[in-house]
Amino acid sequence: MSGSAETEAPERGISRRPVEIATAAILIGLGLIVLWDSYGRGAGWDNGPQNGFFPARVGWLFLAASLFILFQSFRSEDKIFVTYAQLGQVARVLGPLIVFVALIQPLGLYVASAVFILIFMGVIATSRWWSIALTALLVPLACFWIFELQFRVPLPKGPLEAMLGY
Amino acid sequence: MKQHWLAATAILAAGIGPAAAWEPTKAIEIVVPFSAGGASDQMARTMQGIIQKHNLTSQPVIVVNKPAAGGAEGMLDIQKSVGDAHKLITTSSGIFMTPMATKLPLNWQDYTPVAMMAQDSFVLWVNAKAPYQNAGDFMAAAKAASPPLKVGGTSSKREDNLIVFAMEKAGGVKFAFIPHTSGGQTSTQLSGNHIDASTNNPAEDVANWRGGATRPLCVFSDQKMTYSTPVAEGKSWADIPTCASQGLNVTYQMLRGMFMPGKVTKDQQAYYVSLFKKVSETPEWKEYLARSALVPDYRDGEAFVQFLKADEAKHAKLMGDAGFMAK
Amino acid sequence: MDDLSSLITGFQIALSWQNIGFMAIGVILGIVVGVLPGLGGPNGVAILLPLTFGMDPTSAIILLSSIYWGALFGGAITSILFNIPGEAWSVATTFDGYPMAVQGKAAEALTAAFTASFIGALSGVILITFVAPLVAQFALRFGPAEFFAVFLLTFCSFIGMGRENRAKILASLCIGFLLAAVGLDSISGDLRMTFGSTELMRGFDFLIVVIGLFGVSEILLTVEEGLVFKGKQARIDLMVVLRTWAGLPRYWATLIRSSLVGMWMGVTPGGAIAASFMGYGLAKRFSKRGKNFGKGEIEGVLAPETAAHAAGTSALLPMLALGIPGSATAAVLLGGLLVWGLQPGPMLFVEQKDFVWGLIASMYLGNLAGLIIVLATVPLFAAIMRVPFSFVAPVILIVCAIGAYTISNSIFDIWLMLIFGIVGYVFKKLDYPLAPLVLALVLGDRAEDAFRQALLGSGGSLHVFIANGLVTTLVILAMILLLWGPVSDLIVTARGRHAGKAAEAAE
Repeated sequence: MSGSAETEAPERGISRRPVEIATAAILIGLGLIVLWDSYGRGAGWDNGPQNGFFPARVGWLFLAASLFILFQSFRSEDKIFVTYAQLGQVARVLGPLIVFVALIQPLGLYVASAVFILIFMGVIATSRWWSIALTALLVPLACFWIFELQFRVPLPKGPLEAMLGY
Repeated sequence: MKQHWLAATAILAAGIGPAAAWEPTKAIEIVVPFSAGGASDQMARTMQGIIQKHNLTSQPVIVVNKPAAGGAEGMLDIQKSVGDAHKLITTSSGIFMTPMATKLPLNWQDYTPVAMMAQDSFVLWVNAKAPYQNAGDFMAAAKAASPPLKVGGTSSKREDNLIVFAMEKAGGVKFAFIPHTSGGQTSTQLSGNHIDASTNNPAEDVANWRGGATRPLCVFSDQKMTYSTPVAEGKSWADIPTCASQGLNVTYQMLRGMFMPGKVTKDQQAYYVSLFKKVSETPEWKEYLARSALVPDYRDGEAFVQFLKADEAKHAKLMGDAGFMAK
Repeated sequence: MDDLSSLITGFQIALSWQNIGFMAIGVILGIVVGVLPGLGGPNGVAILLPLTFGMDPTSAIILLSSIYWGALFGGAITSILFNIPGEAWSVATTFDGYPMAVQGKAAEALTAAFTASFIGALSGVILITFVAPLVAQFALRFGPAEFFAVFLLTFCSFIGMGRENRAKILASLCIGFLLAAVGLDSISGDLRMTFGSTELMRGFDFLIVVIGLFGVSEILLTVEEGLVFKGKQARIDLMVVLRTWAGLPRYWATLIRSSLVGMWMGVTPGGAIAASFMGYGLAKRFSKRGKNFGKGEIEGVLAPETAAHAAGTSALLPMLALGIPGSATAAVLLGGLLVWGLQPGPMLFVEQKDFVWGLIASMYLGNLAGLIIVLATVPLFAAIMRVPFSFVAPVILIVCAIGAYTISNSIFDIWLMLIFGIVGYVFKKLDYPLAPLVLALVLGDRAEDAFRQALLGSGGSLHVFIANGLVTTLVILAMILLLWGPVSDLIVTARGRHAGKAAEAAE
């Protein structure tokens, strides 16, 4: 089911050229922002370089390199950047990961980790339900024991920990 | 070895027992808004040692360095930790100067003042082999020098830079101020003769003075320092003349104190006030003051707040005159 | 000779059963904090510090410095197994260490990394033992111009040879420099490129960028091929250690070169990070197998590890002799000294002879104890690759998030890590090289600071970079290394054309 099926017919997917062009365009945009910021603060020479001097010089180089990459991308032959099958696999990891990071603020890191493990292992669906549940319970507990109790590194905590008095 | 582990368990267990007033329930974090090895860091680590040696708290103390953005990282951390009674920050005049120089939304009035531990002096240091014998020699040489003499200090637009600016004004000369990331680095650069002078605190240069690499010319204070035990070359801190007495009329001193985040309870504040009062009375602290040539000046409560207000007004004027205020 | 007898006395002090026990505890704890991103030497010390007050200063510093050794060894483990460098100086270890793990040679890579660390650290300790005062004097000759020249040398040794798309190397390098410039500029005291955001004011921490670019993106790339780890069929037993050792002597040139580079970079304050990149860059250029670097060459693991640890250990010398800590963990040792009322600096060697030589002796012993302990754990760590992906991947990602958070207690940093993970995924697929970005991010602002400090002092004159023999030599060396790649390419192509023509003529 994964992208490893080697067949003669090319697999369907996102092609490389638009991704190259989009990336180069973003880099060009960043370069312009850097130049705007650096010249705003002074990028000249006043008894030694001013604080925008370096970023501005690097910014020009960066802009030149990005423009060249943009130019290159029109000439290079087009290939598949990522097949839809591969993209699906990546999304199955990236999706739960984004949910995890989003949940850290409201729920605290430990509860968010438990939710993350449940979703992640559930989506991948290669484990039995009880081993998923056990992992979701034990990993956050182990983290809590190591970081909070042993090394005394405070991690973000939510309502559950507050209820338990931490 | 076993008894050490037992001792540790006992310390941990003590924290769980019931207590009358407020007691910390987890490790206390002292944030140092400068990098390791500097004067603030040395003070925090000395306190850490004293507190644990005398068992002054039921919980361990951790020192955390947050030096990014010239100390603003540490201050923002405290700003964010509203109500967290397990965090402290060591402060210097940077508590006024950082917001002034960067326009960051920081204000000491949002924090809870705990105690002022001491005041720190600034000394004009030169390389041991330099020809200057007093501040007069040095200023005369500065007048003749082209390109200008190099004076090193910590960070730009902070204490050291203010002093160098004041020296320029007082002597009608021009210096090249070279900012470094810590007083230790400045001291090393001076002993390697890469800069001509520095305005380090006594503690930042004592090691190289004793090692015969650097030499003090004068102290930027109203009066000489009081510690008369010999330090190096048979001289003591008390033997260093004031800069004013050598015709360089610049004086500057800096507070060293402890703050907590804002919105902590009175009990929590009182706990740390009494903790640092105890620290300031230990023989190790007095030894530390003498070793670092700090001016003993313990203040808490209203006395500390009054001092802070007066000091802030003074710095606003100094920074404004020097053109260091952020536009 | 006086030093030698002092050292023997030092061994007698360090070699009590009690002190050996402390070493073992320290090393094990050090490995634990070294493996977990988000924990570092300071955390380990925070646990142990209260225990050390009953001890004499020498035992205490042995315990604390053993944490240092453990953390040094532990940093390589995650680099090799998961492509996540725990410390800046482990980045170069991932270039070949991780491909080895993917090919099922994780145990060999771990053994090579640990052994190389040991050799590097040992050469550093030998340096400290015999030439300490001399070397400390040499370190004083480094002013801002010399600092800049050392960084320039590092960049040139690493960048000059790149054979990938040159525009993309340049773009990647520029991104690194620009990321490094964000935040407070320490020379002018002003904020740069923060656009009014207090989160950006801290700048981009190296670890967050690297956890994202290397660790998270690698997991995304792995799942494209299916939800399993690569390289799990490794045969694992302790014999692997001996088999790997048998192959090491043939890399003697790399080991010696990296040790020398490391010692040099540790004493001149270039540091372990610069040393690891330079060690890797030089090995890639001068090794016969240089073309295979980056595809799982064991020499590519040995070179950076040896250099990094030779540098890390030699860097303890300026700390003891001058009082400047080279890293956060070294700072903790410094803190330890202060707690016991010992003032680091030129006088420490004179006034606290017993202590200093006890510490140096413990470096030999702690390093050896560290090696034995980590080698014993090789099968354990290599076995992690056999745990099912659906279990290990979320745990790695959670630990990455914890590591990103703890750097400055900010959830914003976890988002940054995620964004850099996606950026890394896209960049890898589009063949943007990531190593130049990381190198520029780590050393860029320090190089810029040194450059500007030098020019402030010289009144803006660039002559300061050729002002004395030391700095001139460094700059010339850098130029040679920079131009070596393109020039030797030209020669090869010219010869190739020649040979081609000759062949045509023969037909």
